[in-house]
Amino acid sequence: MALDRKIAYINLTTGEIETKPIPISIRKKFLGGRGLDMYLMYNHIKPGIDPLGPDNVAFVSAGVLVGTLASATARTHIAGKSPLTGFVGSANMGGFFAPEMRWAGFDHLVIKGKAEKPVYLWIRNGEIEIRDAENIWGKTVTETQEIIREELDDRDIKILTIGPAGEKLVRFANVMTEIKNAGGRSGMGALLGSKNLKAIAVRGTMDLKIERPAEALEYNKRVITQVISAKVSQTQGRLGTPFIWGATNSWGGIRTRNFQANQFEYCDDIEPESIDEHAIGMAGCFGCQVHCRAKYIIPDGPYKGVYDEGPEYTAQGALTAEPGCKNLVNLLVGNHLLNMYGLDILETGSLIAWAMELYEKGILSDKDTDGLELRFGNDEALIEMIHRIARREGLGDILAEGGLRAAEKIGKGSIKYLIHVKGMSNLHSDERPTPALALGIATGSRGSDHLRSRPAIDLYGLPEPVLRRIYSQPVAYDGPISSHWRDYEGKPWEVRWQELCYEAVDCLGICKYHTIFLGPNFPNFEEWSRLLYYNTGLEMSPLDIWNVADRAYTMERLFNIREGLTRKDDWLVDRYFDEPTTRGVPAACGVTIDREKFAKMIDEYYEHHGWDENGVPHPETLKKLDIDKEPSHML
Amino acid sequence: MAKVLMIDYEKCTGCRLCELVCSVKHEGVSNPARSRIKIVKWEMEGRYVPMSCQQCESAPCMAVCPVKAISRDEEMGRVDIDYDVCIGCRMCVAICPFGAMSFDTLAQKVIKCDFCDGDPLCVKFCEVGAIQYVDASMVSTVKQVAAAEKFTSIMQKVAAAISTV
Repeated sequence: MALDRKIAYINLTTGEIETKPIPISIRKKFLGGRGLDMYLMYNHIKPGIDPLGPDNVAFVSAGVLVGTLASATARTHIAGKSPLTGFVGSANMGGFFAPEMRWAGFDHLVIKGKAEKPVYLWIRNGEIEIRDAENIWGKTVTETQEIIREELDDRDIKILTIGPAGEKLVRFANVMTEIKNAGGRSGMGALLGSKNLKAIAVRGTMDLKIERPAEALEYNKRVITQVISAKVSQTQGRLGTPFIWGATNSWGGIRTRNFQANQFEYCDDIEPESIDEHAIGMAGCFGCQVHCRAKYIIPDGPYKGVYDEGPEYTAQGALTAEPGCKNLVNLLVGNHLLNMYGLDILETGSLIAWAMELYEKGILSDKDTDGLELRFGNDEALIEMIHRIARREGLGDILAEGGLRAAEKIGKGSIKYLIHVKGMSNLHSDERPTPALALGIATGSRGSDHLRSRPAIDLYGLPEPVLRRIYSQPVAYDGPISSHWRDYEGKPWEVRWQELCYEAVDCLGICKYHTIFLGPNFPNFEEWSRLLYYNTGLEMSPLDIWNVADRAYTMERLFNIREGLTRKDDWLVDRYFDEPTTRGVPAACGVTIDREKFAKMIDEYYEHHGWDENGVPHPETLKKLDIDKEPSHML
Repeated sequence: MAKVLMIDYEKCTGCRLCELVCSVKHEGVSNPARSRIKIVKWEMEGRYVPMSCQQCESAPCMAVCPVKAISRDEEMGRVDIDYDVCIGCRMCVAICPFGAMSFDTLAQKVIKCDFCDGDPLCVKFCEVGAIQYVDASMVSTVKQVAAAEKFTSIMQKVAAAISTV
């Protein structure tokens, strides 16, 4: 059955490999993917270790529904202590790696130690081999995959790899698969790089038994219809995530020239319709009918004719509005380079934009930039800085350390201009007009992030009964709720609810575009309960799944607290409170986040979690979730 | 009129849901290695092509089978395997020009597309319509229309270009 996949412990220092089954009792508590990774992480990583030292542990996993008929069950999760934040490191990616890993017999990999020389793992039908990777060290993301496939003589091998940036230990390097599927945020690529682990290749032909095939097929068809009948899915399936660009910009939600405006003047040049002129169709991840991944060919310049995928909405902001660049080809080229280097696009673009503001304010000089005119709108400087960060050259070497470390090194009040939470850069979407979204990024367990909890449907202004229907299941909620995105009331509950919604799908291995993230009528805990039953035979109610998510999220909190996180880390930078927005629709214009009201939101958010006023879980909360005896070292 | 699978690879997004539903329908498991349809991919170029049995009129697998286990079902328009007769010699696998006859190493038997007995699941689940189940005579009609559309749109562009000169 789909629950018989194993966990493998791989020690790169000694070369020892051990495999174990995953007990059903652990499954019921953490399911798989991110949830079980968090259990393993709390148990296997010793407090206070250097994230780039051999004591850090890398976790790679598949959600418990990956490879089954649950629609979009493609997600791979990668975890470890973050080299960027020092807190929870966690990245989630689409593509085809996780299903292949399950067909090869494994759900979880626990990778310890450090190889003496560059290596890669070769996993095939229950067997794991550590192989020499000296010939692929230094290669780009796509080159690496092509060489490994050729070496092992199988074009269907799926590969998870780091690019040159991960090898150079850039603290926000990604783990990648295929051309653009990225395990981004929190620097998991640097973690693999620090272990001298270049790649993991998998190939499997083992049955993954579907418990109730007929029902699973029929129910999957229903869920697919539920997802793709929504206009938002259809639009996304035609234009990809950039479809929200124009609306967000005219509304006043695009962080521009680092944080100096909240609307980009040259929006039309980089609208999805403009990108679409160079697109050659859409691609989908495993089993997904939304197919939001755009395929494009660079039309001009030195990279003319090169194929790549994206750019996503994130890249649009990070490579255009934030650095103030409006050139479409530059966006496509930047996106391509970051994919080849294996760098986090959001983090890279955001830090370059920060450096541009520092340069324009005179904090960084020509000497610091080695003569590069690092002004907003300088397309060439943007591309040059991408190269320098990936290769750790000059100022690039400083930025490669991440915002907080770089600010310390640069000094001169540079930190005042850094837009981050917990040392991780914010998405280009401006949260000042939306307290709910601001609370989401402030409290996210992996640092500032829009994929930890994002009550984005707030922007639809849904009527209260609809919001009540969504937010009152699977646990009852009768507190305040508000339809307006400007309000503070009731939003902490929304943040907590969305947080557990995302945690749940990260445990299951389902994409967030198949959740309430973007559409109020999308699959939910009720559907996941049935999908689990038909596909794996696991009988878990919607409430049981909610509790798994709550347990896993609390484990993340415990990990962070153990690493020194306090209430002050769940906070925004001053600019959110002090600098009003200047553009956009009337309600989004001239606003800041109110410090006092925001602090009250944090209190309320902690209360919903059963945490004290410092954000530490109450003993009874841990007991209720049955994690009061962690670390329990069961696996 | 017998129906055929009509494949339009330009529409394929490479998601491989067809492989998944095929293996679940036929074997009750998720395992693309046991699927009757396969997406051949050039990942780094974004090119994906669904490959399945063409149900040939003059099928090489049928001709090469030493025990006559393979026959044509004219009503369904498909090539059938009689597993009671099949000896598993895999000559059919060797000769198929499309690689559409596979050997299932777990069940130890050759496998191929059977149109799910008239309701192909791959077609049902492919929302982009890269795989369609249509009357054999319709295939060329559909292609004619597509080609004609391309041709006329080029002609219109040319005409527009000339008129602006």
